[in-house]
This record gives sequence, structure tokens and C-alpha cells, in this order.
Amino acid sequence: MQEGAINDLLEDRRGQVLETSADAAPEAMRCGTRSAAGSVSQRACVFCGSRVVLYPIADALHLVHGPAGCAAYTWDIRGALSSGPALHRHSFTTDLRETDVIYGGAAKLEKALRELIAAHGPKAAFVYSTCIVGLIGDDVDAVCRRVEADCGIPVIPVDSEGFKGTKKDGYKAACAAIARIIGTTPEAPRSVAGINILGEFNLAGEAWMIREAYARMGVPVVATLTGDARVDTIRRAHTARFNVVQCSGSMLGLASLLEAKYGQPYRRVSYFGLEDMAQALYDVADLFAGEDPDMPARAAALVAGEMARVLPLLAPFRKDLEGARAAIYVGGAFKAHSLIKALRHLGMRTVVVGSQTGSPEDYERLQQLCDPGTIILDDSNPVELSRFVLEKKADLLIGGVKERPIAYKLGLAFCDHNHERKIPLAGFEGMVNFAREVHGSVTSPVWKWSARRRA
Amino acid sequence: MSDGPEYAVNPCKVCAPLGASLAFKGVAGAVPLLHGSQGCATYIRRYLISHFRDPVDIASSSFDEMAAVFGGRDSLVRALDNVAAQYGPDLIGVASTCLSETIGDDVADILRHYQPAPGKDCARVHVSTPSYAGTHLDGYYATVLALVQALAGGGPALDLVNLFPGIVCPEDLRWLKRAALAFGLSPCLLPDYSDTLDGGQWTGYVRLPPGGTSLGQIRQAGRARASVELGWSQAGRETAGRHLNREFGIHCHSLGLPVGIEATDAFLAALAHTSGRPVPPELEAERGRLLDAYADAHKVLAGQRAVVFGDEDTALALALFLAEIGVVPVLVASGGTGALAAGAAAHPGFRGLDVTFLPDTDFGRLGEAAKAARPTLLVGHSKGSKLARELDLPLVRVGFPVHDRFGAARISTLGYAGSHRLFDDVVNHILADRQAKSDIGYFYF
Repeated sequence: MQEGAINDLLEDRRGQVLETSADAAPEAMRCGTRSAAGSVSQRACVFCGSRVVLYPIADALHLVHGPAGCAAYTWDIRGALSSGPALHRHSFTTDLRETDVIYGGAAKLEKALRELIAAHGPKAAFVYSTCIVGLIGDDVDAVCRRVEADCGIPVIPVDSEGFKGTKKDGYKAACAAIARIIGTTPEAPRSVAGINILGEFNLAGEAWMIREAYARMGVPVVATLTGDARVDTIRRAHTARFNVVQCSGSMLGLASLLEAKYGQPYRRVSYFGLEDMAQALYDVADLFAGEDPDMPARAAALVAGEMARVLPLLAPFRKDLEGARAAIYVGGAFKAHSLIKALRHLGMRTVVVGSQTGSPEDYERLQQLCDPGTIILDDSNPVELSRFVLEKKADLLIGGVKERPIAYKLGLAFCDHNHERKIPLAGFEGMVNFAREVHGSVTSPVWKWSARRRA
Repeated sequence: MSDGPEYAVNPCKVCAPLGASLAFKGVAGAVPLLHGSQGCATYIRRYLISHFRDPVDIASSSFDEMAAVFGGRDSLVRALDNVAAQYGPDLIGVASTCLSETIGDDVADILRHYQPAPGKDCARVHVSTPSYAGTHLDGYYATVLALVQALAGGGPALDLVNLFPGIVCPEDLRWLKRAALAFGLSPCLLPDYSDTLDGGQWTGYVRLPPGGTSLGQIRQAGRARASVELGWSQAGRETAGRHLNREFGIHCHSLGLPVGIEATDAFLAALAHTSGRPVPPELEAERGRLLDAYADAHKVLAGQRAVVFGDEDTALALALFLAEIGVVPVLVASGGTGALAAGAAAHPGFRGLDVTFLPDTDFGRLGEAAKAARPTLLVGHSKGSKLARELDLPLVRVGFPVHDRFGAARISTLGYAGSHRLFDDVVNHILADRQAKSDIGYFYF
């Protein structure tokens, strides 16, 4: 891209900002690297990656081994709903102090584990290592083995020291922890004519809506990883015929592992936007077409019915939003693909799109999806984001808590598409909610007073 | 062997680097830089943004495994370069984390040998804030002290008063400045994030939001007529006020946060003493209105029992205020480890009242103690909302953080004006609760 457009870009960030053009082939994005020191990255750390993936397992004890801060900042941070137990909404920590750092925290960890397991009766315990745990040399594995042997539940160390990679490495550590539970029942692999949904966290109840759609097609969901998950359903995940993987950044690795170990084929899907939701149903129907030849027809009927119901609901929103421009900055790039398509349904064009954890393939696909002149960002920061949002004249920013004030300071509409959201945005009904959210912000009368728009 | 409870269930504190970041945000043209993992800066930004609802840019040296093994010097240098290049700050405030402290990085030494790029120099101040020691409040005070130690110099006396408050909201910071000006004193309020974290709309991204205590003001702190420290939590510890007293002979008034009549009287008496002027009529008028409000609503408050929680300075000030208006602070709790245990009970404001103090607590133990204390309302930050729901009691949201309501920047408590707002809020929460739970649906109260 042109030099002039990126003169605010740190030298260390070059290669992580691209601009699409009509004639050139996609460029390779530099991504998956450590955040540039001093760049105000919107990313968190390895611990964050592990915490968000495992967090929704509602009947497990999630014990953060470290100073209280790491646990306090992640106390009930996600809108991952549970239909039953809600142990995950507590924040447990060994609250390490100075003397623990000097003499070691292993004894404290063991005592905390035993007391908390006795008090809360969890079905499993996850022990998250934070930065200093590796440094002070606590043998977390040994503690977990001892407590597991005595308490009779899986007690699983999660190697989530904050500095040991990026948020993506935290996803891997979480998947490794889940993999230790899967397959711990005597049932045969792939013995149930159903699926697992990977990378769906039941934010605002989205997993329930998706499960219902599959149920209407006649496909039971064995385990959702990890939305509204229970340890016992995770144990049985090997019995499902297939895996479908959303939020591919977080769980594609687990899907490959399960394919290798249990022979479960997987498909990548997305539940955001009408086309992608429909495709997610068709793909699963195709997987079962061999044993249930009517399923593709049932899926098609379901999709047709939903489309007929939903499209008229979207029309009035589209009327007002036609021609508006959107910027997207989210955790995973795969979701961004869906959002670009969903926005097109509303007559909106995406002019800036970025993610914290996209892969080279994700970014290549993004370049193919976007119109020429779109800015594509990996692991961006507020200075860059705001610059490109203004330069490309976006009317709307889609992001999370840390992006929200950037939008509002600049008089831009905003849609929260991160894990704090309270409104389900997945599936057919979610598309209507998404349209309503975007419409409600873009068409608000307050923007006519915004300093930037009046300047 | 450990110096704290065995574990925490739902912590009632956050860590020292957050306090450091908040204090640095109160310095004009400053960018906080956390020397540690990327997550520390990002989590703290998220926590602060959810409270202030304004951008909070905090940089990180973004440790990786190599840095953890071989030391974080290169990462920190790189971060300093990049912050200078992208922000052009007047000050980079470097705070350590548990990671950089544990591997033993000598941040002072790294900063001493740091060579800025040509034209990219700025002030650099560092503070030691290992996350395993103290709370966000301790990190906040340590940063104020570090700023004063690094920058304040002596010289001929000026018509200045140094104000060092605990963690208070932007609206309260504005009131503190107004109060000093009303006595003809120029305030050196440190920190002052009243504009940097509660500012207006922008036309472009403002990398260094206007406002904050200027470096020039901090340099003059050694020439003030007096210092006023507002908050008891640092009793017995080195503070900015004590440092200035020792180095430059500046008298230091150590007071609690001025919430309520008695505490505000004491604060204004300190300003009157410093300026040699009487309390101005507009403040006397505010005081009169507050006294009138006390009389009007006192019967609503009779028999009320409050559970109070927050950082130590806030919790203590709120408890004394509640005692003053006739609400018994039956349980006063904090995640902090200092003053609450050390001597708060001896304060005459609590005389004759059955008050339990619960320092170094989490919401697990706080919840158990609260049930035993049979309260009628809760007063504290928004992390108590789950407890309020469980006990089916009103929660008067005040302090830091308030993540589930708008306007946290304006939940004032200081001075007669802030106390008046808080007083109305307490009374109205009780009335709203009574109205909601009554079958009658009262029309007048």
C-alpha cells in the first residue's frame, strides 16, 4: 500500500496492515506474532486465550494460580450462559502474595484446590498458570495429579503463562486441557449419529438457538465446546460422528486432534449472517446424507422457512442503512468473513477489517472478500484503527469493549460483537438482532451533535 | 507459609499496575507503559474503559519467553521507542508487573541507560508495582510518590497547595480544584484525570487527551505552602506528602477523604490554615444545604444498617459518613491489607457503634460476613451487585469500579456538594426499595 497512508504506522507493525486493490493478487499478511512492544495492542495474553475457551464449562472449578489481578479482571467477563450450574461465573484464585513468590505457591495451590473442590463439588478442576507460576517453579502438574487421585475428578493444569506466546497459544493450551477429558467414557467413538459444535460459547444463549436449528433437522448435538458445557458431556464428545468448528482460531487444533484420534471428520462453519448460518446447516445435512437421505431436504425447508420469515424483517433496516460504511475489528478473522457478508445484506460496505488472531489463510480470504481499497489489519492499536476508520469514512465500528470508546469519541456508531454482548447475534434470529443493533446506533439522532461531524 | 488467606473467591481488589496506570493517566501528556505481558495492559485497559467509558491507552513491553529468560531490557527499550514514536508524550510512566519484578529486571537501570531517538526524548518515571504485593490503591499511591520523588524540586515558596487524593471520580477531582481556588490557592492536584478520562468529543483520535497535572506543576510541588493527603490507607508508609515534608519542609495535612460534614470541615480547615483565609461563603452555603438535607431525611435513615466495601480509603470515608447520618456501618470491608485492620476502629466517628472491620477480604468471605451482619443496604462499587441481588438489598453504587451503570465519572462523594449527592442517593435507594417491595405503592414519601 501507499507510503502516505501508513506514515503513522510503527516500523514494527509493517506487514500487518494491507490495502486491497482491484488488480493485485492478495498479499501475505504478517500475523500470529508477538505484539510489537509499545504498540497499544487490543490483544491480551496466553492466559486470556485459555480463560475464554474454558470459561463456559459451567460445572468445573476454574482456579487461577497467581496474583489476584488475573482472576479479578476475568471475573464473570463473558456472557456465556448456562442452563444449570454456574460455578464458572465465580472467580477463584490462589491470590499469591510476596511470600508465596519467595517460598513457592504449590502448597497454597494444593490446599486451595482441596478446599474449593470440597466446598463446591465441581465435576472437574482447571488450574490456570499465570506469568509468575513458571518463574517461581511451582510443580503444578504434580499438585494436580495428587489432588486428582484423592478427589476422583479430573484436575487439569492449563499451561497459560501470559508471556508464553500469544492469545492463540492460550487457545491451544485450553484445547489440550479439553482433550484430556474427551473420550473418558467407555462408549465407542462415533457411535452417536450427532455432532459436536466446537468454538461456540453460548454468548447470550446463541448455542441454544443453533442446537435448536440442528434438532429441527434431526441432528442431536452431543457436546458444545464449550458453550453451556458440562464435564460429562465433554467426556462423551468422542461419540459424535462429526465435528463442526466455529471460531476456527480457537478450536481448529482440537478438531484436527479429534479427527486423528477418533476419526471424526470436521467442517468449518460460521453461524453469523444468513448465508453462513444456512451453509452451516447444509454442511451438516450433507455429512449425514449417507445415513439419512432426507436430511438435506429438511435442511433446505428449514432454511427456506427462516429466510421467508426473516428477510421481510430486515428490509426496513436495510432501507435506512443502504450505502453506509462499516469497520470491523474483532478477535477472530473467521467471524469477520461472516460479518462482511451480513453487512452486505444490510446494504453496507466494509471499508476496514481487522482481527487480533487471524491466520495467513484468513487474511487472504478477507482480501478476496473485500472491495478494492479496504484496509485489512492484524493485531492493530487505537491510533491505527481510528486513523483508518476516519480515512475510510466508516459510519459504524464493530468490535468489543476496548474499541467502543474509540467509536464514540469520534462520533461513530458501534455494535458490540464481542464476548460481553447481551443480545444473541448468531443464526437467523441473530441476524435480525444484529440489524436492529446496527440500525439503532447508525440512525441515532445523537450523531448530528458529534464534534467530528459538525467540524 | 503465606502472608494472606489461602485463596480468594471473587476478589475485592485488583492489582497494583492498574493503580499505577490510573495515576499516570492523571499526568498531562503521559502514557503508562507496563513492563510485563501484553495481557496486563489489555486487561487493565478493559477494566478502566468499562468504568470511565473513555479511551485508555496503556502500552506494554509485551514480554515473550525470551524476555522472561534473558531479561526484558530489549523489550522495554523497544516499547519506549515505539511509545515515543507513536504518541510523542511528555512523560512515559513505566510500571513493573509480577513478571518483570520476579525475573529481577532493574527498570531504573534500564531507564538510566536508555538512549531516546533524536527528537523523541521525554520524561520517564518508573514505579515498582509487583501484582502480588498490595492492591490497586497501593500501586496508585506508589506512583504518586514516584512522580514527586522524580520530579519535585525546591525553591521559593509559591501560592500552591498540593492535593494528593485517593482514587476518586473525575467530578470529585474537579471539586477539589475548585475548593483550593476558592481559598485563593493554586492546586497542584496529583493525579488529575478529570479531563483525560472524562473528556469531551473528538474530531480525530487524540493520542494525549488534554488535561492532567503538568510536569511543571509536579516540579513545583516542593515549593507549595502545604500538602493535603486525603486517605488513611498509607498510614506509616512513605507518601508523596511525607517525602515533600522531609525534603523541602512542606507541612503535610494527613486527612481522610472529605466525605460528610466532619471530614469536609477538616479538609477546608486545612485549606483555610494554608491560605490564611476563612471558608468562602459559597462553600458555607453548600454546607448549609447539606445540613438541611440531613434534617429532612434523617427519619428515613434511622435503623438502617449498611455493609460498606471498596478500597480502604473509600470504604473508611463512606463508613464514617454513614455513621454521621445515622446509618450504622455494620460491616466495613476491603481487599486492602492496611489501615482497616490497623486502627480504623479507634476513629471517634465509630464510637458506640457495633462495627466489624474486614480487611484483606474477597467477596466470598464478605458475603458470609454480610449475611451475619443483617444489613438493610450495601454501599460500594459495582462488584457488589451480585451480593446485593443475592441478599435482595439495594446497592448504592459508589467508588471504583462501577461497571454496570453509566456516569461512574460523576458519582461524586467529596465535599459538601458530593456528600449531598451521595446523601440523596442513599436516601432514595432506601425509598425506592421500600416502594418496590410495598403492596401499597406509596405516592408520597
